[in-house]
Amino acid sequence: MSYLSVFYAVLFYLATLVFVAGVGYRIFLYARTPAPLKIPTTPAPTTRRGVALRMLREVTLFSSLFKANKWIWLFGWLFHAALLLVLLRHLRYFQEPVWTWVVWIQPFGIYAAWAMLIGLFGLWARRILVDRVRYISSPSDHLMLGLLVAIGVSGVLMKYVWHTDIVALKAFTLGLMYFDWQPLPADAMLLIHLTLVAALMIVFPFSKLLHAPGVFFSPTRNQVDNPRERRHLAPWAARLQSGDGS
Amino acid sequence: MADFDVPELKEYPVIPPVRVGMMAHSKPYVAKPDFQTPLGFPGELVENWEQVAVEKMGELVGKYRGLRVFLDSCVKCGACTDKCHYFLGSSDPKNMPVARQDLFRSVYRRYYTVAGKYFPKLVGARDMTKEVLDDWYSYFHQCSQCRRCSVFCPYGIDTAEISMAAREIMDTVGQGQKYCNEIIGKVFKIGNNLGLPEPALRDTLEGLEEEVKEDTGVDVRFPLDEKGAEVLLVTPSADFFAEPHVDGLIGYAKVLHQAGISWTLSSHASEAANFGMFIGSYDNMRKLALRIRQAALDLGVKRIVFGECGHAWRVAYSFLNTLAGPFDFLDPRYPVPQHICEVTYDLIQRGALTLDKSANDHRVLTYHDSCNVARASRMGDKPGGQFDIPRAIIRAACNHFHDMPADTIGESTFCCGGGGGLLTDDLIELRVKGAMPRMEALKHVVEQHQVTHLAAICAICKSQFSKVLPYYGFTMDQIVSVHQLVSDAIVLGPKD
Repeated sequence: MSYLSVFYAVLFYLATLVFVAGVGYRIFLYARTPAPLKIPTTPAPTTRRGVALRMLREVTLFSSLFKANKWIWLFGWLFHAALLLVLLRHLRYFQEPVWTWVVWIQPFGIYAAWAMLIGLFGLWARRILVDRVRYISSPSDHLMLGLLVAIGVSGVLMKYVWHTDIVALKAFTLGLMYFDWQPLPADAMLLIHLTLVAALMIVFPFSKLLHAPGVFFSPTRNQVDNPRERRHLAPWAARLQSGDGS
Repeated sequence: MADFDVPELKEYPVIPPVRVGMMAHSKPYVAKPDFQTPLGFPGELVENWEQVAVEKMGELVGKYRGLRVFLDSCVKCGACTDKCHYFLGSSDPKNMPVARQDLFRSVYRRYYTVAGKYFPKLVGARDMTKEVLDDWYSYFHQCSQCRRCSVFCPYGIDTAEISMAAREIMDTVGQGQKYCNEIIGKVFKIGNNLGLPEPALRDTLEGLEEEVKEDTGVDVRFPLDEKGAEVLLVTPSADFFAEPHVDGLIGYAKVLHQAGISWTLSSHASEAANFGMFIGSYDNMRKLALRIRQAALDLGVKRIVFGECGHAWRVAYSFLNTLAGPFDFLDPRYPVPQHICEVTYDLIQRGALTLDKSANDHRVLTYHDSCNVARASRMGDKPGGQFDIPRAIIRAACNHFHDMPADTIGESTFCCGGGGGLLTDDLIELRVKGAMPRMEALKHVVEQHQVTHLAAICAICKSQFSKVLPYYGFTMDQIVSVHQLVSDAIVLGPKD
């Protein structure tokens, strides 16, 4: 076993740990922090079922963003949908045997890589060309886009230019999962790709990428509009009440 | 008329190029110690204010899930950048919702996130300094908490929540805003925002009784502190004498009279508006709300109805039960509370009112959805009732009605420019600039449909429009109350 393989094995355990623990901790904080007042942005659904549908529309169709700005919606949705397909395509590296539907989406996943890059470049172009968006962008916003673009480009290059030994790579990833380490092919593009992916997993819990779990906890979107029907009282607010006897 | 540039109304809305610092000079008067202490805040900037501010920030983030999630979730996508009326009217980029939030977020990141602690430049994190505080004081008093940005944000990030938190932090370190805090103090001391004592209130109401008697020949009562009345009416104190507000109050009285519903105002709770919300203070908001509960108990009423008001209705609809409930001593057949528009609409539906639409034939109307009614509350039992019910009332009382362009009404409505504790003369430049998008939409229907009047159901909207309409070539009497239209159309006396 080469040092390189050991290094990457350790890197991926570490990245997974940081990602899972970090995001888990944020979710724990979101869930534990009380929402003392009903603040749904209306018109809002009056039933839990309606709220579930509203959230579903938000996370699958980005419906609020669609109302806001068609360009951001187009590039943003394209990027996210493509990323999802690409991620699902990568499942094949973690399964033996590979599920049929994962086999079935393989060709689409390749187109999705291009779509993902188009989406990212569109979003990046806005940051540079639109003065309002340029004003609100900080270095980390550019860095995040750069990281995602680099991951996409290195992946595409592996597909079309510098191939790697897929069979060995799969043995490596399965080895990681079953704690039975296998050698990793020492191809430059693969190493770049994997390093960037690990970096993304590590920065995730410390960055704006927290919008992914955050959207589910947003009270303006996930609250039922029924304050007159049901009294809504957070624990710290209830303590105020017992304080004055009312 | 103004010592600042009044924005030009364009034929089509145009997103202005950003002009940095255009509104940095705009600040409301700072609250003096006399206005701070009754609210439980220090009189002036405390010595170690930076530390106090940062600690308060941590406390608020731990108490409000929305705040925590909103601070983490923004991706700077830009969807909100062209949604704020203050940005559209002033072109100052710090009036873009995301940039306004970042005034707060940058400090939060510096003290409470790993990235901000170790890589402040990279993520745009800043220390809490006097310069930051000055920026906060300027720009968190350029947010009317209208929530238009939250409609369009893919994560529902609500700048109102962040501006409320920022204002509470500023109050906590002793940098309060005079207008809001003085008013809250008046409510605690006298009972209403305008500082109208009970005898003056009684006089005003008697005057109104005489006025209506003269106009209609009918004895319409304006009762105060009458025990055993069915309905407690809580309305903004502007309704007692400001124009056009008072015409709305006359309208409610006529409706309740005609429907045979006994009602009363309360001198203890002679104010519907709850300015505690504007400064983000749960404690003050709660104290203000408890007055209404007390009045309802003291007078032994069965229902609580709110007059025409936007922010008051938000606190009433969304928070009253939370802050001052439970209201299990009231008649369970009615929601607690009800909006006067819900009451009037129900009566119209049941055929209990006769309305002669021709009485309003000299007016061609449009309707301004007030921001807090539109995006922070509801009427009736269906989502969107807050849009349909007032329009249905106007259509029942008038023959000529035309809506403004679709992207400027309903949930996308533009704030009047004076909400959220900004309705003060020291902020007139901001108010005029912030009204621009609404004025543009109004101009559109004035030209397309010869609209003559703008109807609204919020006391702040009515005051704000009376003041700013003339800056744009309109006249101050073009703003009317919805119940003023009802008042003019209602046929009093026995039904045929």
